[in-house]
Formats: sequence, structure tokens, C-alpha cells
Amino acid sequence: MAEAEAHGHGGETRRDFILLLGNAIAVVGAAAFTWPLIDSLAPAADTKAASTTEVDIGPIKEGQAVTVKWRGSPVFIRYRTKDEIARAVKDDKASMPDPQPDGERHHEGKAQWLIMVGVCTHLGCIPLGQNTGDKKGDYGGWFCPCHGSHYDTAGRIRKGPAPKNLPVPDHRFVTDTRIVVGEKPKKAAA
Amino acid sequence: MASPMQPAPQPRWMRWVEQRLPIFSFAQHFSEYPTPKNLNYFWNFGSLAGITLVIMIVTGIVLAMHYTPHVDHAFDSVERIMRDVNHGWLLRYMHSNGAAMFFIAVFIHLFRGLYYGSYKAPREIVWWMGVTILLLMMATAFMGYVLPWGQMSYWAAKVITNLFSAIPLVGEDITNWLWGGFAVDNPTLNRFFSLHYLLPFVIVGVVVVHIWSLHTVKSGNPLGIDIKSPKDTIPFHPYYTVKDTFTLGVFLIIWAAFVFFAPNYMGHPDNYIPADPLVTPPHIVPEWYFLPFYAILRATPDIFFINAKLAGVIAMFGSILLLFFLPWLDSSKVRSANYRPAYRVAFWLLVVDCIVLGFCGANPPEGAWLVISRIATAWYFFHFLILVPIIARTETPKPLPFSISEPAVKPAAARA
Repeated sequence: MAEAEAHGHGGETRRDFILLLGNAIAVVGAAAFTWPLIDSLAPAADTKAASTTEVDIGPIKEGQAVTVKWRGSPVFIRYRTKDEIARAVKDDKASMPDPQPDGERHHEGKAQWLIMVGVCTHLGCIPLGQNTGDKKGDYGGWFCPCHGSHYDTAGRIRKGPAPKNLPVPDHRFVTDTRIVVGEKPKKAAA
Repeated sequence: MASPMQPAPQPRWMRWVEQRLPIFSFAQHFSEYPTPKNLNYFWNFGSLAGITLVIMIVTGIVLAMHYTPHVDHAFDSVERIMRDVNHGWLLRYMHSNGAAMFFIAVFIHLFRGLYYGSYKAPREIVWWMGVTILLLMMATAFMGYVLPWGQMSYWAAKVITNLFSAIPLVGEDITNWLWGGFAVDNPTLNRFFSLHYLLPFVIVGVVVVHIWSLHTVKSGNPLGIDIKSPKDTIPFHPYYTVKDTFTLGVFLIIWAAFVFFAPNYMGHPDNYIPADPLVTPPHIVPEWYFLPFYAILRATPDIFFINAKLAGVIAMFGSILLLFFLPWLDSSKVRSANYRPAYRVAFWLLVVDCIVLGFCGANPPEGAWLVISRIATAWYFFHFLILVPIIARTETPKPLPFSISEPAVKPAAARA
């Protein structure tokens, strides 16, 4: 490039064009090479494949809760009491950060089964409230000890820094006492 | 690094090397580097930080030879280092306490810069490189803390990576990408190990640029005035090498006191419980050097349409990123706070504010602590974004000395 190449009189030469084209191709090539590097960090095929968990909910009695592991995170399964459901429905109209009626948080006709990913939507701690002795927060549901988020009996955020309700994962009732977490319900069923 | 000095290496082999690789004139540049003769002890923390970085890399490389980055083996391999590997306990305690010592040195270095106006022209790039090093150090320290895969390790990883879920729309995709899965798990541990090994060498690179730029514009000094003549300086070697060696001795004694007598003083007992993804420890707090930033994260409420979570994340990162703009926020031409009565008061208030934020970060964000956290957070941003620019425009600085060699100020009448 050191040679005294004429750049025309303000105009562009063939060499300028080739240089520009060559650089552009190099940039595209570098970007194309970077993508596999970046994409390799995303969840791998085997990680994605292990994405359903089947649970026998038969032994869970009214008022009890169990925690199962799904995709490396805890899933809260709670057999809600009549009181808890009533309390959640009563608050449907209350003001909350992420408004959602109780009816959208469980499968139709299965109001007693509240199934949620038990990871605080603030910064990912596991809220307390699954065990009988736990602090359940001001709304009788769950309480995150890390930064003080209170969830109600439908797992909706009511107070504290968390922005969203505890997410309800896709789940399917295989029978009345068996569920698969991570699968959408089949059309005819439920 | 062009040096005006022409070395005259005597032996022929030195000349032979010098003509091919000017390493001797390079060394001579460092040895003769003209340094202001009036530096106080606050100027020693840069070299302390640099030596700490070297010790961290050396101990870290050896520890990596014994460590297994896998969720099933990481905790046990660290315990094996502690119990079975010859002197493994010593290496690990040097390394874990070294992180804290590194931050002590760097925080003092940083506040030295704030007090003496080290960020002002012509040292803006020196300052930027310094802030960049701080950010890289924080990332490195965080990822290193995750490696033992104890309860605190795991939950630190979970909470900090979840910060990115605050980003609107793509937040969840980004966290899944960071994790390499749907939760913090083996892929996360593996990449943290890889990056924890890499970043210290990136820091070395930025340190080289930091010093390169410094040696181009020359060191500042407590008077904050320029070097006016060779009389104002002394060669770095032997004057500052010996002074740095002395403080290194003191620094290493303190470091050794932690290593041998209180190796877990700055740690958390919960990190000796293996990671359990289903149980969050009742009280999670970061290491002390992150506490002020953690307090800012938790203190921030909803701001207009930005929810508290996102606002907290923005405020926390913003608290460091705004340091990049400090050379323009503080437009005062006078560098040293010794000649700036109002800025000097503001500086000490900031120091107190940062300590208060540290205590807030260590306590749950409820009741009085939440109120104090919010006031202290507001003050932090008020200091940099409002107070410093206003002081720079309105303050009347005290008369500056004529030169470093002639520090006596002429009678006030002569200037006023």
C-alpha cells in the first residue's frame, strides 16, 4: 500500500473499491466466525433435552407442598386449601405489580394445584413458604429472604422488589395424580 | 515507548541485544523515570496493587493445577487443596485473602486519585484505564468466588447473573445464554473458571496501558501542580523502589496476618456448605468489597416507569460507569483537594457515604437500613452529578505554590 497509487482527483479508483470490498468481506468473515463462539455458550442440546420432569402428586395432602427440581430450578407444587384459594380470588382486583387473576395461575378445574417455578423473579433466590415453619410473608404465600419480596397464595408478587409473579411453567396432568412439568397440556385433556 | 535517554551498554553482547530489542534502554527508562520528589505514602498503592496482581496470578495458576471445575467435584477438590495438597491451604488462603488485599490497595489508590485530582488533564486516559481495571477486577473476583461451589458461591452466581434478567425483552435469553442452561449449573461453572483464568491477563494488559500513559504524562503529586524543572523530580530508582519496598513489607505483613491468623475472617461460613440449588441461605451478602454496590442495588426504588429491579441494576453499574465522566464533571483546573476547601469537605463526605453504604450492604434492606441505604445512594449520585460540578464552578481555590521545589506560598497579599 506504500506505493504512490493515484487516488484520482477526489474520485475513487478501482483499488479503493477493491480495498473496501476486501475489508467488508473480512468483517463479515470475522462476524461469521464469532457467531459459533457466542452460540456455543447457549444451552446445549442435552441440556435442552432434559427439560421435563414427571411428578406423582398423589401423596400430597391438602395444605401440603413439595418442591421438585426441573431444569436445575425448584418447582413448587402446592395443594392449596379452600381458604388459600378464596384469599387469592378475593385479591384478584387488588393493586399489584403484575396483575393476574387467580384463575390464570392454575389449570381449569384444578384450582387446588398451584404449580410454579420457585425462583424469586427479583434476583433468583428461593422464596420461603414451602415448609410449615417457614416465614410466609404478609400475604400468607411465600417470602424471599434475600431482598424481601412477598408473594400471595397464588404466587403473585404483592410487595418488595420483585417485578413479576412466580412463573407458572407449562405442565400437563397425565392423570389426576401425575403431572409432567415442562410439557404443554394436550388439547383434549385437562 | 520512546525514551530520550541514550544508553551506553558496555559489553558487546548488550549492544548486540539492544540493537535488536531495546530492552536495556526500556529498563533504563523505568529506572530513571523522573518522579516528583514530594510524593506522600498514598502514592505507594499503585505498586502494591501491581505486586498483588502478580502474586494472585502465581498462586492462582498453581491452584488451577489442583482444582476441578465440575459441579460434582469442585467443592471436594477445594477441600482436597486444603487438606491433602502440600501447602495447598497456604496457597488458597493467600489467594482468597489476596483478593481482599487487592481491593484494599485499589480502593485507596482510587480515593487517592479522587482527592488529588489524578483524573484531570492530562491524565484522563490513565484514569479510564484505572476504572477499566476496577471493573475487570470485580468480574474476576466474582467469578473466582464462585469456583469453590459452596452455598455462597452458588447464590452469588445466581443473584449476580440474574441482574441481567432485568434487561427488558431479552433479559431471560441473556441469562440463559450466560448460564448455558436454565439455571446456574455445570456449564456456568466451567465458563467462569475459563474466564477467571483469562481476565487477570487482560488486567495485566490494561495495567501496561495504564503505566504507559502515566509515563507519557508523568506522575501527579500532592500539590497538584506540574513538574517545572528537573529539580522537581528524582529518579524512580532507587528513591521510589526503596519506598515501595518498605510499604510492600508492611502490606505483606498485614496480608500474612490474615492468612495465618484469621484466614476466614473476611469470608462466610456458609461457603463451607456445598452448593444446594434448592435452598437459599437465610442471609446472603457479597464479600465486603462489593457491599457498597450491593447496597445501591437493593436501595433503588421504582423510578418513574423503570421498575425497582432494573433501576437497581442501572444504579449499581452507573455508580462505577459515571467515574469515566469525572474528568468533565469536575471542571476545576486545580487538581489537589489541599487547595480546594469546598471539594475537600465533599470528598470526605463521600468517603463517609461509601462506608455507610458498606454497612447498609451488610444488613437486610428493611426498616431503618433501607432508609439509610436510600439516603446514602442518593448522596453518592448527588456528589458526582451535582455537587462536584457546582463546586468546580463556584469554589475559590487557595493560591497554588509556584513549583514543587518552592512550595512556600508568597504572602496572600501578593496574589489577592
